[in-house]
Amino acid sequence: MKLAKEYFADQRQDDLNELGQSRQRSDVPGHVTGKTAYFADRNFPGMLYLKMVRSPHHHARIRGIDVSEAEKHPGVARVLTSKDIPHNVYTILILIQVGPEDEQVLAEDKVRWKGEAVVAVLADSERAASEAAAKVRIDYEVLPAVFDMEQALAPGAPLVNEYHGQNHYMYDSGASRKVRFGDVEKGFAEADHILEQTYLSSPIEQAPTETTGCIAVPEGNDRYTCYTNTQAMFFTLDNTSIILQMPGHKLHMVGGTVGGGFGGKVDVTVEPIAILAAKLTGRPVSFIYSRQEEMQISSPRAAEKIVIKDGVMKDGRLVARKVTGYTDAGAYSRHSPYGAQKGAAHYPGPYTVPNVSVDTWCVYTNRTPSSAMRGFGVTIADFALEVQMDKLARLIGMDPLEFRFINAYRDGDMKAHRQKTEGAALIECMQEAARVSNWPVADRYMKMSSYEGT
Amino acid sequence: MAVKRGRGVAAVNYPTGMNLGGDPSQALVHSTPTGSFMVTLSSVDLGQGLKQVMAQICAETIGVPTEQVTIDTADTDTGPHCMGTFASRGTHRIGNAVIQAAKEARQVMLEVAAEALEVDAADLETDGTGNILVKGAPQKSISIFDTALTAHFKLGRSISGRGMFLIPRSYPEVETGAMKPSTCYAHACTVAEVDVDDETGEVTVVSVKNVFEIGRALNPRMVEQQLVGGSWMGVSHALYETTEPYYPNRDHGGTDFNEYLMPGPGDLADTEIIVLERPAADGPYGAKGPGEMCANPQIPAIANAVFDAVGVRIDMLPITPERILRALRDQRAD
Repeated sequence: MKLAKEYFADQRQDDLNELGQSRQRSDVPGHVTGKTAYFADRNFPGMLYLKMVRSPHHHARIRGIDVSEAEKHPGVARVLTSKDIPHNVYTILILIQVGPEDEQVLAEDKVRWKGEAVVAVLADSERAASEAAAKVRIDYEVLPAVFDMEQALAPGAPLVNEYHGQNHYMYDSGASRKVRFGDVEKGFAEADHILEQTYLSSPIEQAPTETTGCIAVPEGNDRYTCYTNTQAMFFTLDNTSIILQMPGHKLHMVGGTVGGGFGGKVDVTVEPIAILAAKLTGRPVSFIYSRQEEMQISSPRAAEKIVIKDGVMKDGRLVARKVTGYTDAGAYSRHSPYGAQKGAAHYPGPYTVPNVSVDTWCVYTNRTPSSAMRGFGVTIADFALEVQMDKLARLIGMDPLEFRFINAYRDGDMKAHRQKTEGAALIECMQEAARVSNWPVADRYMKMSSYEGT
Repeated sequence: MAVKRGRGVAAVNYPTGMNLGGDPSQALVHSTPTGSFMVTLSSVDLGQGLKQVMAQICAETIGVPTEQVTIDTADTDTGPHCMGTFASRGTHRIGNAVIQAAKEARQVMLEVAAEALEVDAADLETDGTGNILVKGAPQKSISIFDTALTAHFKLGRSISGRGMFLIPRSYPEVETGAMKPSTCYAHACTVAEVDVDDETGEVTVVSVKNVFEIGRALNPRMVEQQLVGGSWMGVSHALYETTEPYYPNRDHGGTDFNEYLMPGPGDLADTEIIVLERPAADGPYGAKGPGEMCANPQIPAIANAVFDAVGVRIDMLPITPERILRALRDQRAD
């Protein structure tokens, strides 16, 4: 790595002592010698193992659940269904007033995606829990499912989530989060060229080394300690408190070193049910996702569909940009309404465009709920924006990097969401990239600045 | 049939912290009787090194060596509220809370030293190695060790501080979308070079040159590990990964690391990292959050490089050999 100190030298005082120094991480010797303790390194006498019975259907009504054979299986301590959950319908962001509550901790009337949790089995060993889980009988009436966002938004599509009432999230701004800046149609009318393109992505997995999990322990003082690898201790505590209708002071979350998160451990999917099981059995409970659950059950990054329509002049100026983005939330909100909102705030990218129109939608389909993952709302947007920039440059016969210099935002420029640009540095990044890759760029662009002369 | 080389570029920015703000983090700092400092948080270290950078921020602010600072975190019984480790917010939000707490603790520390030395606290400075000196008269000094003992056993004072950082929540205007999503943005530009085999559709990433502007590199080696890892993740996202290979079809999803594709050690590109520092006005010592951004620019840079190499656009992620071959077939048919 090179620190390119020649950039922004006048913006900075290099007067730090402890910072700016490459000190060795204090936890590294533990990591490389195998001494670092993770939550699952704990073992408690009498610990139970939780195994989830999951829906084999993408969309089905639950007509009946029979747990009698599972309860009789040797080693089984308890079998939980939705009736055992004090507040069974929740949504994570209710803590910051982003509702409605739209997801059942254990499915009661319907399953909305293949893999949804229906029954939790607790037994002395993982093997006994798995064997008993196979004995749970659930009577399903299979319903039509919808997987494609366009089909989900079409009239007559199966309704994925009754708590929303339609197959998209409803923002205070309507069916989409909107950004309107300038007059995008006027911009298109004036443009020398128009380019409209569609970009798509598939869901991807956070793929942490350590799978999601926790161990819940009932304490002698009527409190519950939960050893967890959550990325957000109080998010987990407060949501657990709501779901279990248990005062917060009865809950004690203990984290530690986490074996990778990348957003997958911001959801609250294991702790509430494990703590409830610990309460109802009086025994410690371990609930740790298998790799298969981590890959297909825990929330992935949402698939997205992004339509970008641009108006560009022959001289390289972008004069209008219209974006319609669709986020495939799967069956439940989790963090997806937030992700779609973040996308709306991100467009039109780090460029100054006088006429912008943005609509981002959060769409429900019968698939694994998507949620937080490194960069969500922005990562796929950047893929779409930057491929589009490449296409636009070639359309007008301009070098792709020089085309970006012409449109790059600089300090003082007004963004589409009506904040003045501060602290811009795109131009300098592109200058250094041109230098390091020997990418020929005209001198006038190499002399530009994000802040001087603005 | 041949292997063809191409290169592509992409430039991006990324907001630091939870979108629209409203995401608090708090910190407490106190000294032990012998002048070590404890920082108490509830924030989670995901392996990126949050504890180390918080120790360095606290040490810088109080004026002690980093070894004298211990981070106690991820416990809701002892640590004050933190919204969580996500949204590229850790260093920025928690770092600012630690600075505020450490400033308050430093002030008490200087007041105690001033009383011991019978001078004015405003005339004191720290030497960064564990001593408090009178400005302009460094022979008149007291160690932080003795200062803490004085506070605990003679003056009955607590050398401690409380820190809090909150960016007020912004609510988007419903018609126009006017809003304040973030207070600072990190930046990047990546140039990727690829070889594309037009017979197999296979893409080999030859080199990835990443330039990142991150406000301030608080610990350059830790910055490097995060940026290199992010760059690798971006390459993986562009070419390999998906839980639903035939999305929106739900079938054929991988369930382990044999079926869920990622680049192995042999697929690693020559990766270059260059860091620029334009300090953020509200960043802790100028730092921004590059944690998410660093995995983004490689994706479009590779997509553009594939086009440069073989002249087909793959506008759906991941860019698999199958998609490239289908596009090449269509290209030949035209």
